[in-house]
Amino acid sequence: MKLKDISKEEFYRASYGCAGCAAVLAVRLTIKTLGKNSVYVVPANCISTVSCYYPQAPFFVPFTVMAFAATAAALSGISAGFKRKGREDIHVVGFSGDGGTADIGIQALSGAIDCGNKFIYICYDNEAYMNTGIQRSGLTPYGAVTSTTPAPCFENRPKKDMLRIVAAHDIPYAATACISYPLDYMEKVEKASRVNGPTYIHILTPCPTGWGFAPDETIEIGRMAVESGIWKLVEFENGQFRTTYTPKRRRPVSEYLSAQTRFRHLSPEQVAAIQKEIDAARA
Amino acid sequence: MAAKMPVRKYITANEAVAQAVRLAHVDVVAAYPITPQTSIVEKIAKFIADGEMDADYLKVESEHSSLTACMGVRMAGARAFTSTSSQGLEYMHEMLAYTAGGRYPLVLVNVCRSVALPWSIWGDQQDAIQQRDTGWIQIFTETGQEALDMVLQAYRIAEDHRVLLPVMICLDAFIQSHTEELVEIPDQATVDSFLPPYDPVVTLDVDDPYSISVGGFGKHYARWKMEQQEATEKARDIILEMGDEFARIFGRHYGGLIEEYRCDGAEAVLLAMGAFTGTAREVVDEMRDEGRSVGLVKVRAFRPFPVEPLRKVLSTVKSAAVLDRDCSWGYEGALATDLKAALYGLPDPPAILNFIGGLGGADVPPEKMKYMLEKALAVERGTTPHLEFIDP
Repeated sequence: MKLKDISKEEFYRASYGCAGCAAVLAVRLTIKTLGKNSVYVVPANCISTVSCYYPQAPFFVPFTVMAFAATAAALSGISAGFKRKGREDIHVVGFSGDGGTADIGIQALSGAIDCGNKFIYICYDNEAYMNTGIQRSGLTPYGAVTSTTPAPCFENRPKKDMLRIVAAHDIPYAATACISYPLDYMEKVEKASRVNGPTYIHILTPCPTGWGFAPDETIEIGRMAVESGIWKLVEFENGQFRTTYTPKRRRPVSEYLSAQTRFRHLSPEQVAAIQKEIDAARA
Repeated sequence: MAAKMPVRKYITANEAVAQAVRLAHVDVVAAYPITPQTSIVEKIAKFIADGEMDADYLKVESEHSSLTACMGVRMAGARAFTSTSSQGLEYMHEMLAYTAGGRYPLVLVNVCRSVALPWSIWGDQQDAIQQRDTGWIQIFTETGQEALDMVLQAYRIAEDHRVLLPVMICLDAFIQSHTEELVEIPDQATVDSFLPPYDPVVTLDVDDPYSISVGGFGKHYARWKMEQQEATEKARDIILEMGDEFARIFGRHYGGLIEEYRCDGAEAVLLAMGAFTGTAREVVDEMRDEGRSVGLVKVRAFRPFPVEPLRKVLSTVKSAAVLDRDCSWGYEGALATDLKAALYGLPDPPAILNFIGGLGGADVPPEKMKYMLEKALAVERGTTPHLEFIDP
């Protein structure tokens, strides 16, 4: 995919997203990739909060809100219904946040992958329950302060590895992505759309409001996450993991951490420990 | 394969339900196993495996997901079915309210079973009653035949554009679910003449995109909910209409929102829902033979509540014994409460005696029904409320 291939048509506009919101950008890029032959299920999260209140209608494609725990089950049901109606050509897409995926929605996600219907489940990961006021989720990383892991304490557990969790289901296709690498993301969405079965894409969407950086730094923060190696761009296909982008020279994670207020309490020793873990994983 | 004539067979109410689902051209069945519902979905799975039914069976991981998946099937414009019991229905609770609020014309069969704790797989109606305020139309049945017939009617009621609400058909654990009775299984052509293909109002249509379920603030939310209430009230007429149309085609009629059995000139009546009404008929016959002036009111529709028919029949009696297989803890049985509210403003209302019985699979034998009716016969109007647990 090349930049010039990206559709000029807009299918998602005029949401109430915060300035610098990466999640609404991810929605916009997703629909541009899949086009108008796609339908969207969005549970309780930032996207629904900034998009769904009647008479507001930023989605120019069929859209429904969904109960928090139910995204994947709804995708499975819609997909089964379309199959019966001879409309397997329609892309059935879910847009769930990190908590809606790794916490309350994980059972339905597991069940829906196991069920085997065709859908694209997108987890946009801003690493906490943002629209309810920045509470920690199962995808909040070690060291982050949230409103339920306040300073001087902080999140003391590592992020769940959702890619390995879905891969353990022998899912036909899964990938991680980051909003700062739009072509990589859109190629993965496009690839998922060609799979006749359940697919999962996990995109890191930095959140200025919840992470504590300026709205114009979103893309740079995402880039730091990938260039430092704390977030990896990976695909899972045919039972194999494959890295889709490797930074030429990894930048120190301290740059990424110090750019956000949620990590500013970390001691040099704690930062060094995080760096050591990244180095060990890369080795 | 569809027979050309109705077939009469000894089958359980669970199998009767499966037969109705087969005949209703359901596209997708999504269900999770729980006793005593399982034999419904096992039978459906077998129909599909044997090629007797053209549908997909979604093997979901929970009841929360089974109902959600059914909602998704409806969004795609297809027909869905699910079934559950007890803890499964409780686990669905969030989605019950969600689907009713979203006006999804779903059909669910609940095989009524006790709710833990204490853990019990046996029957009562606490599970269904606890879903009373989710917005589902709830209809209680007495026999396997009524269960089959009501599943077919449920699709008509739910999908009627004047209603567009989900319908829960309730049957009683074991007394119905696992007891074989003679059931007439209609032929496909006759069912097709009663139940047309699903004609959805709105779907996830890529050629005509809508946000089909959304959020609403303040007055928009209130307007939406007011329309939901209006549709639920309107459903009374549609239930009657479908019952009449069904009777014209199939020759079976169940009386509408309630069925009055030997209530003419009765001094006291017994009110009950579900399979125990079968026993109650026998008791009423016996007592009538003994010259006792009693009748039975079988409440079929619990939501929408049959306010007018109940006011009409209850205004002529001195007292009523209400058998509840449920309890609103800290108050009384739900049917008793709702009945009293329905009678509000009657100039000379009957005395209402509430009996909680048949909990956790306890039987309510004829002697106990007689006991309740005798007690009702003995009281005068204006008697203070009476609540009695008859099982222990």
